[in-house]
Amino acid sequence: MNNRLINWFKFASPQSFYPLAGRMIPWFWALAAVFGVVGLWISFFVAPTDAVQGEGYRIIFIHVPASWMSMFIYMVMAAWAGLGLVLNTRLSGMMAQALAPTGALMAFLSLWTGAFWGKPMWGAWWVWDARLTSELILFFLYIGFIALQAAIDDPRRADKAGAVLALVGVVNVPIIYFSVKWWNTLHQGASVSPGKSPSMVATMLSGMLIMALCFWMYSIAVALMRVRAIILEREVHTEWVRELIEVKA
Amino acid sequence: MSWGSPAEFFAMGGYALYVWGSFLVCAGIMVMEPILARRRQKAILLALRRERIAEELNGETKA
Repeated sequence: MNNRLINWFKFASPQSFYPLAGRMIPWFWALAAVFGVVGLWISFFVAPTDAVQGEGYRIIFIHVPASWMSMFIYMVMAAWAGLGLVLNTRLSGMMAQALAPTGALMAFLSLWTGAFWGKPMWGAWWVWDARLTSELILFFLYIGFIALQAAIDDPRRADKAGAVLALVGVVNVPIIYFSVKWWNTLHQGASVSPGKSPSMVATMLSGMLIMALCFWMYSIAVALMRVRAIILEREVHTEWVRELIEVKA
Repeated sequence: MSWGSPAEFFAMGGYALYVWGSFLVCAGIMVMEPILARRRQKAILLALRRERIAEELNGETKA
């Protein structure tokens, strides 16, 4: 067996991932802060006023990153859950469980900022539009995943049940993404899509992408914080947790 | 973008409620979530320390 494979499996154990996550968290926080400051600066002081939407369009700088993250975190969560189902590794279920609340909050933020953007531009906080409805379903999928796991006492069984739910729910993600193409919706089309030049000025686009990086780093940092707590909660009666310096202190 | 005055900045061209309503809720969530995660970590560590102390005391009384 080659070395990389061995190392990979080494970090797949909660025992070695716990300290690794602890060392990574400050770096992700630092990156989140840097991208956040730069991103907000561009959002409010560099990006020009929109010709049609005036200053109201500035919601885009959090709305789009939150929406992207809500979908992306779901995919990652489902991937971890699926991995746990196939390989039966302990860490996978913990990762999925750690990601769910962050994903749910991102979905919530997407809906919330969307409502605050829809009201002045469309005249309604909410419409039963394909994009909005499928994003709402994503939010409910996260809530369902969290509730289902919380309802099952045995964590390994909770992981399995949650994994099936998460994997079935994956079908919703492309529906959200392509909803603006497949149906006539009130929601505007994608601002950025692969293989097409973006339909916005460069400063707006860079602000949005840097804010997306900030959200990305934030999500990783907070999910790593949560996974560390989950590792300890689930490994309470193991020798290595007993021997942790933090526990001995 | 250059804003004439701070007041103009906060007014957001008449969209103050919508822009700040979005950004403040977002900021609030991004402050609360790590605090809750930190608290969860502290709670489990405290429980583990207590358990350890309890075990030590238990060992002493037995001996």
